[in-house]
Amino acid sequence: MEKEAILKKLNEVFREVFDIDDVVVTRATVADDIEEWDSLEHINLISAVESTFKMKFKMKEVSTMKNVGEMIDIIAERTKL
Amino acid sequence: MKTLSYPFDSSYILKKKRSIKKELLASGTGRIKKKIAVLGGSTTNEIVNILELFLLDQGIEPEFYQSEYAQFWQDAVFGNEELSNFAPDIVYVHTTSRNLSLYDFSMSASEEQINEMLENQYRHFEEVWTNVKEKFGCPVIQNNFELPFYRILGNKDATDIHGKISFIRRLNEKFAEYARKNENFYINDINFISACYGLEKWHDTSAWYMYKYAMDTQAIPEFAYNLSNIIKSVFGKNRKMLMLDLDNTLWGGVVGDLGQQGIEIGHETGMAEGYTEFQRYVKAHKQLGVLLSVNSKNDYENAIEGLKHPDTVLTPDDFVVIKANWDNKDRNTEAIAEEISILPDSFVFVDDNPAERNIVSEQISGIAVPEVNSVEDYIKTIDRNGYFELTSYTADDIKRNEMYRANIQRAGAEKKFSDYGEYLKSLEMEAYIDKFDDVALARITQLTNKSNQFNLTTKRYTLNEMEDVFGDDKYIKIYGRLADKFGDNGIVSVVIGRIDGNELHIDLWLMSCRVLKREMEYAMLDRLVEICRKKGISVINGYYYKTAKNAMVKDLFNDFGFEMTSENENGDRTFRMNVDGYENKNKSINVKNNGGY
Repeated sequence: MEKEAILKKLNEVFREVFDIDDVVVTRATVADDIEEWDSLEHINLISAVESTFKMKFKMKEVSTMKNVGEMIDIIAERTKL
Repeated sequence: MKTLSYPFDSSYILKKKRSIKKELLASGTGRIKKKIAVLGGSTTNEIVNILELFLLDQGIEPEFYQSEYAQFWQDAVFGNEELSNFAPDIVYVHTTSRNLSLYDFSMSASEEQINEMLENQYRHFEEVWTNVKEKFGCPVIQNNFELPFYRILGNKDATDIHGKISFIRRLNEKFAEYARKNENFYINDINFISACYGLEKWHDTSAWYMYKYAMDTQAIPEFAYNLSNIIKSVFGKNRKMLMLDLDNTLWGGVVGDLGQQGIEIGHETGMAEGYTEFQRYVKAHKQLGVLLSVNSKNDYENAIEGLKHPDTVLTPDDFVVIKANWDNKDRNTEAIAEEISILPDSFVFVDDNPAERNIVSEQISGIAVPEVNSVEDYIKTIDRNGYFELTSYTADDIKRNEMYRANIQRAGAEKKFSDYGEYLKSLEMEAYIDKFDDVALARITQLTNKSNQFNLTTKRYTLNEMEDVFGDDKYIKIYGRLADKFGDNGIVSVVIGRIDGNELHIDLWLMSCRVLKREMEYAMLDRLVEICRKKGISVINGYYYKTAKNAMVKDLFNDFGFEMTSENENGDRTFRMNVDGYENKNKSINVKNNGGY
């Protein structure tokens, strides 16, 4: 999948999970930027991203991912045809 | 809500939980509030979030207490102030195989040592239950254990006493034994749910390692739905009626076109096998006290022909009402509800035709209409929705269909009499009205928690609370059974009065709508007044608390001869009557008692 398309779709997932209509995430977005994005919601976010893109993060990736950009890179890698 | 009925889209529910909750809170009224303490052995946050959605959808507005991480044992055994102040209506212990703290794999352990390990592990949990019972006296729901995702001993893990699978199975059996012997204790069968979901998927190990969730987070909706079904059943929110279409629902094909011989039922074809197993599944529900009825677009004669097919499992006698005509199905639903005096929001309607399902679910508020698709999926779809989740079972349940059928015969008999009093006499009614007793207590509680219409205060009691009333002399508590020449209706009425000096306050007055207009309420009042006189009580205070469903009894106390003393803007009323000068009102029922008062 193209990274642009992934970012677009990720924005939808963020809106759904946090139920905020006007949230906009970019590659640079980190958890501190979104008030609702705490450690509990992080689990739900990862789970929602996985089910949306039909892929799984490795445990190591989840614990080292620094921002949305890195998330996009992993999704792009894993959804490559 | 369709989103929350099986089969549902779990990831959608998880993603949209906030907006689903908003939608639920904006609609739906008259939910009962319940306090649920969740004592966890692993992370419970998302479980609670999703459980809340299912409960709201089932008419329960929950408030939650969650133990600190994995403090289930400490909370129950030592207690804490927050939990005590919370005063739960129900305690749910969320533990899993991750909490088998005392199991230790050791091939050198002797049989005695393994047995001791099993016993100690069991006692660890039993301590939780007995402490909850002592401290809170409320129902307990406890998970059993799911199987692990690996087997050190391979297939032998199940048979060798050292194996974890063997250990878990034995422990689960001990939990089940406790559940059999203790009322108000319910097992949430995660052993079954995890198997349905698929054990390998269930054990999302990274979710455990990182977040201490003992299951795949995507499994939480299925898990929470199963749990919510126990809770709604304990609080009297089970469905009561299974209303079925005929053509392509109970058999294959259209009987009006194909004739009796042409429909598919029996064992000749795959489709016939499917319908036969489904009919067996439906028929088994009669034994649980679930009522069956037919709602079909058919000529009546054709419908009966179909139900008399040589290979049919369900026969016309199995149904309390058969509506086979060309009316709209929502009309027929209302007609069935009226005929047997139960509300249509306790119905489950099964029809293969999406258009029929749609009209019924649009027109009949609160009715459950599962999305059954093809006969091979009927059972799974209905079963997993847990409409009839069994948490209490009484001897009356198995006879319920017969009772309702007898009622309809009575209605037929009624038409032959011009004078209603004469008709009542012809029924040769016999009632037994007396103080609560041990044997009746379960049914009294069950009836109390599901009566909505003929119910003055709609006060609900758990079995523990009912036991407290039973044992406390400051309450007058009577129940009534009613039989007549058509059959025994079983326990149909319950009255609880609280004594305060020489006055009595009626906390609870309810009756099954099966016995409306039979003077049973008069017989109950006669007996109550008799007891009051014996106890030197001179005034009875009656209360009517208005709900969406109990308008039929708003004037009951007036009819009894009470004087209305106040009426609130919200429709609540209070009443008062002097016992002096009261004359017995029942003229038709022969009443007995066992000298309980």
